[in-house]
Amino acid sequence: MTPIEDTEVYKASVRDNMMRWQGNLRLHGSADWVIVVVETSDAKKKNKTNILPRSSLVDKIRNDFCNKQNDRCVVLSDPLKNSSRSQESWSAFLLKLRTLLLMSFTQNLGRFEEDMRTLREKRNQPGWSFCDYFMVQEELAFVFEMLQQFEDALLQYDELDALFTQYVLNFGAGDGANWLGSFCSPVKSWTGLLLRRPIDMEKRDGIQRGQASLLELRSYLFCRQCTLLIFLQRPWEVTQRALELLHNCVQELCLLEVSMLEGALDCWVFLSCLEVLHRIEGCCDQAQLEANVSHTVGLWAYATDKLKSLGYMCGLVSERGPLSLELNRTVDLLAGLGDEKAETVHSLQSPYKKLKEALSSVEAFERHYLELSHAAVEMYTAIGRMRSARLVGKSLAEFYMRKGDPEQAESFLQNALGSYVSEGWSLPVTHTRKQMAECQKLLGKTENYLQTSALLAGDANLTNEERIHFCQEILTFADQSTDSKAQKVALSMSYFAQLKQLQFRPATATVHSGTALQVELCLRSLMPVAVPLEQLAASVHFNLEQGETNGKTRGPQRRPYPGTVLFPLGNSSAMPPSAAVPSLELEEIQDRSPSDPRTLNSTGMVCKNTHLVMRRRDSSPSPDTPNLVSPVPVVMEDGAKMLMSGDVTLLPGNNSIVFSVPSQELGTYTLRQLCATVGQVQFVLPHISPLVQYEVYSQEPQLTVEPLTDQLLAGLPQRAKVRLQTGHYTVKKGDALQLTNIDSIPILTSSSCPATIFNSTAERVDESVLFIQSSDKVTSISLPPTPPYHTLEFQLEVLCVIPSDPVRPENQRLTNGEIHHRPRSYSHPDNHMTAINQRMSVDCPWSIYSTPISLTFYIPFKAKHSLLSAGNRKYIQVCLQNVSDVNFHLMDQRLTEKHHESSLELQSLNTKAHQLVCSKQSVYCVWDVRWKENMPVCLQCVFSASFSSASEEVSAFKPYHYEFQLERVTTLYSVRAEIMPAAGQQNCHSGSLCGLEMSITRLAEPDDDEEDDGGTEEKGQTETEEVCSTKLMYEVAGSSWVVYGRSSGLVSMPADANANHRVQVELMPLFAGHLPFPDIKVFKYLPPSANSASQPDTDSCVENGMLSLIDRPLDDQGDTASFCSQGSVHSVGSGEQQSRVLPMPRLEPFSPGQVFNHSQGCQVLVLPSTDDCVLEINAT
Amino acid sequence: MAVCIAVIAKENYPLYIRSVPIQNELKFHYTVHTSLDVVEEKISAVGKAMADQRELYLGLLYPTEDYKVYGCVTNSKVKFVIVADSSNTSLRDNEIRSMFRKLHNSFTDVMCNPFYNPGDTIQSKAFDSMVSAMMVQAS
Repeated sequence: MTPIEDTEVYKASVRDNMMRWQGNLRLHGSADWVIVVVETSDAKKKNKTNILPRSSLVDKIRNDFCNKQNDRCVVLSDPLKNSSRSQESWSAFLLKLRTLLLMSFTQNLGRFEEDMRTLREKRNQPGWSFCDYFMVQEELAFVFEMLQQFEDALLQYDELDALFTQYVLNFGAGDGANWLGSFCSPVKSWTGLLLRRPIDMEKRDGIQRGQASLLELRSYLFCRQCTLLIFLQRPWEVTQRALELLHNCVQELCLLEVSMLEGALDCWVFLSCLEVLHRIEGCCDQAQLEANVSHTVGLWAYATDKLKSLGYMCGLVSERGPLSLELNRTVDLLAGLGDEKAETVHSLQSPYKKLKEALSSVEAFERHYLELSHAAVEMYTAIGRMRSARLVGKSLAEFYMRKGDPEQAESFLQNALGSYVSEGWSLPVTHTRKQMAECQKLLGKTENYLQTSALLAGDANLTNEERIHFCQEILTFADQSTDSKAQKVALSMSYFAQLKQLQFRPATATVHSGTALQVELCLRSLMPVAVPLEQLAASVHFNLEQGETNGKTRGPQRRPYPGTVLFPLGNSSAMPPSAAVPSLELEEIQDRSPSDPRTLNSTGMVCKNTHLVMRRRDSSPSPDTPNLVSPVPVVMEDGAKMLMSGDVTLLPGNNSIVFSVPSQELGTYTLRQLCATVGQVQFVLPHISPLVQYEVYSQEPQLTVEPLTDQLLAGLPQRAKVRLQTGHYTVKKGDALQLTNIDSIPILTSSSCPATIFNSTAERVDESVLFIQSSDKVTSISLPPTPPYHTLEFQLEVLCVIPSDPVRPENQRLTNGEIHHRPRSYSHPDNHMTAINQRMSVDCPWSIYSTPISLTFYIPFKAKHSLLSAGNRKYIQVCLQNVSDVNFHLMDQRLTEKHHESSLELQSLNTKAHQLVCSKQSVYCVWDVRWKENMPVCLQCVFSASFSSASEEVSAFKPYHYEFQLERVTTLYSVRAEIMPAAGQQNCHSGSLCGLEMSITRLAEPDDDEEDDGGTEEKGQTETEEVCSTKLMYEVAGSSWVVYGRSSGLVSMPADANANHRVQVELMPLFAGHLPFPDIKVFKYLPPSANSASQPDTDSCVENGMLSLIDRPLDDQGDTASFCSQGSVHSVGSGEQQSRVLPMPRLEPFSPGQVFNHSQGCQVLVLPSTDDCVLEINAT
Repeated sequence: MAVCIAVIAKENYPLYIRSVPIQNELKFHYTVHTSLDVVEEKISAVGKAMADQRELYLGLLYPTEDYKVYGCVTNSKVKFVIVADSSNTSLRDNEIRSMFRKLHNSFTDVMCNPFYNPGDTIQSKAFDSMVSAMMVQAS
């Protein structure tokens, strides 16, 4: 600083001084300079007039010194004055100064870094030393640190760190550098990190001298990094780096094969951990620490771990205290710690003191170790790392076990075990459980220990020896025969043995009472050795059968094999319980109404195991973690039925045990529990799931009779099968069935018939012979002795006699006017066979009520009769139709008159005596009726024939009868017609008229009964007319004829025989050809009578005035018909109405044999009309 | 290469766990089990931030003195854990990632097997051989 008065002074002295200064600077190679010219305002004022701007002091200086670098000269005007000008100049000056300083630093540092890099490039040359280079780069770091550029400073240290690490790795790979040798020397001091000093000069010196050990170098490096990081406000990075560093150092020492006292490294790590933690605690407040536990907890846990291993190493954990060898080791380790550093001498909680104290005595170690462990557990718990916390807890438990304090250990072990079990880690489970067993054994918790032993004995993760050991533990306990009063120890069976399968024999699991039912259990023993069981018992819950009465039917049980229940295999330890959430067991429920089982009230799905599925999983302890809870409270149900099996030896693997099951009482039995007893130990399976049930039922005896063939034919002996299901009833010797015939169904007495006895599974058991005694109404069948729930089967031969009178449809009036009462007969829908229901009642020995039995028989034949006439001669034709599916032999057809009129002779016109009637075929038989005197009015005939089945070799012919009645057989009138062509014509021509001459001749005198017919009532009217004449009405109709004039007319026939009456009718044929004669119908004409209307008969109806030839019997008496002028007869209903108004004449048809038409089948040749060219073609 | 590879189900039980030196198996089980803590921590931490674009790879879960534990979680919360020896310093992050990718692919193949029951332990031979290829050859 040179005061310059004016330009002259400057020129005179200051300039030279400055030149000298510049020369000096240049001599030192420094290019960093600046000239500050301070201008004061008063000086300025003074020179204001005579100093030109060009020649000002500043310009001069600039001229002289700053030719190239104009910015090296700064003007500071009036620095002490508070004016804007001064402010401006100050800021300009500072800006310039900063820029120049930065430039200078950049330049210098750049040069430095250049040098450093050059040095680093030489690292592969021999003689290069890391320590030297370290010092160089650290210098740079120092500069940055001084410049407050901590980031850059840290970078330098990180680079050094990385370089060193790389060298170590290369060394490990076999590329060793010479200078690394010094780091491979044995470590003699393990004082740990020292983070309280910003720079640990002691270690730095060591590094400078190249004598530092690896740990010292690392310590120093980390110490520096730590300091910088804390400057950077990144304390959590310190903890992270610390943990990395510690792990890394351990690895590096190993890699460099540095020899170290055993435990020394542990000491170092322990001290370092604590030191880092202390350092962090020192620079953070409590709240920050708590919020960042996750960063520090690793160090805590690491320290705990190391202290533990130190403790084990120095014999501070065992109950007896350290041995001399271990004491020596402790002393050596403590020696390596050196003296406590000055910074911490006065601190009570320094890591150094802690370690020293912990290693000094067993009690102190325990205190420190517990403190650390609990701190770590708490921290882990606080941040939710429960698994880590449990692991630390488990090592704590190990410690307690070593100390002989199992009570403390138990809870930690249980926590850890619960965690592993709930997450399904089998190996840790096994390991922890083993420790648990040890702990429980020490604690004397017998039940728990046995349970754990059972688990371990069945644990596949263990070796066989271990498993056998634990199994033996159980067996030894079981064999301790203490006083019998002592409560047996009940353990869960699931880990002792697994119920795999349960099989019922018989498979239906439903038996009638008293039957032997067996249950086969398949138990898979998990034990490694054979276990002799004193007893294996299953408790059975008996439920009185409600069965059908409650209306609820269970859906069919889903069983892959009938009678077999498979139990899902829950692999106890391998599968986590969280995955083994019970699956829904759904079942269909149908609620049927009690009255009618076919109607469904409601149906739905029901979850059977809601109690398992809906259970809150967090609150209730899982049954799979038996070590967490007291053993399942297994109390065998009192009073329950038990299935017992004594002295069973369970071999490892699957065992099959067979129980005989009680089945005396009716009801549903449910297997509930299973209990295996080994001495003092009981293994109990508290619930058998899925539900295992069997039912015992009782059945009433049942008797059924059913046809052996699909149809029973009447008239022939037929076989019917009788089946007797004995149910609960035992058929004793002497028991008999009494069959009472209600209808005429004889049991054919084949005095003995074979019977077969089947058991309930339809196996043939026995055969026996029945004795049948039969009177006309009652048949007694003596039964062979049959055990209950068996089926007795035999065949009976039954015969149903065909009723001789024709079976008529219902509501048809018989000859006597009664309704035919045979309601049980009906027609077979398929083949129109007439069916007859036959009933019988059976008195059974087991019941006071008789059992009604009904059999249906079918009549194989259908008979029809008809009367044929030829003038006066009469023939009876019977048509026998075989409607069954069987062929029959027919013989000995006979027609007889019931009253055996001597004057009557029935002469058979049938040639064959023996005939085969095939199925669905008919046989016609004709008889010539001859009589000598008067023909009886009514002929009561019986057609009889013998038949036998054609398929049977032994032809036992059975009779068949058919009764029928013929009335008014005699021919009264004969009608003869003749067609005559028109006059002069030889033949008839179509379209031209021709004549029909019809002659009606009376053949027989009117009989008395004929007179009686209408006489009694007609007398009043007919008396006035000719007494001996009968009025007839004729009617001519033909489809191919047209009647000219009247087609019908009244004829009065004289009463004497051979009276003849001729009628001429004009006809015209419509077609040419051989035309049949037109139909001529003759009716009896009854003049209108006053009281005829009073006798309406609705049943008799003359249909369309047709004379029917069918054998429908017509009632002459009181038969009414209305007459119309057109010759057609209306329905009775309308006629009846008319008759009320006006008495109408009545027409009455003759019965079939009474009028004989001679020209019935006659034809006449009709020629086509000559001029007619119409050719008609009828194509059909 | 890995010394232990584990596949852990969503419910945190092991679907597959295999380690190289048999004598240390238990220790690996403990290690993997404990690492689940960190996995859960990371999942929940990430889940808050960006649930959608979460990366499956969770990176280094935690180092221990001897091992480095890496984790990866699938979208269905199945966790893959690879334990590598700490002394094996040549292992790069990229290699770990590719190992996880291979593991994930193979796991997907297992899941695609119609005969595999989701939730069962993995017994696939293909998976096993793939894991073996990733493991340090037993010393």
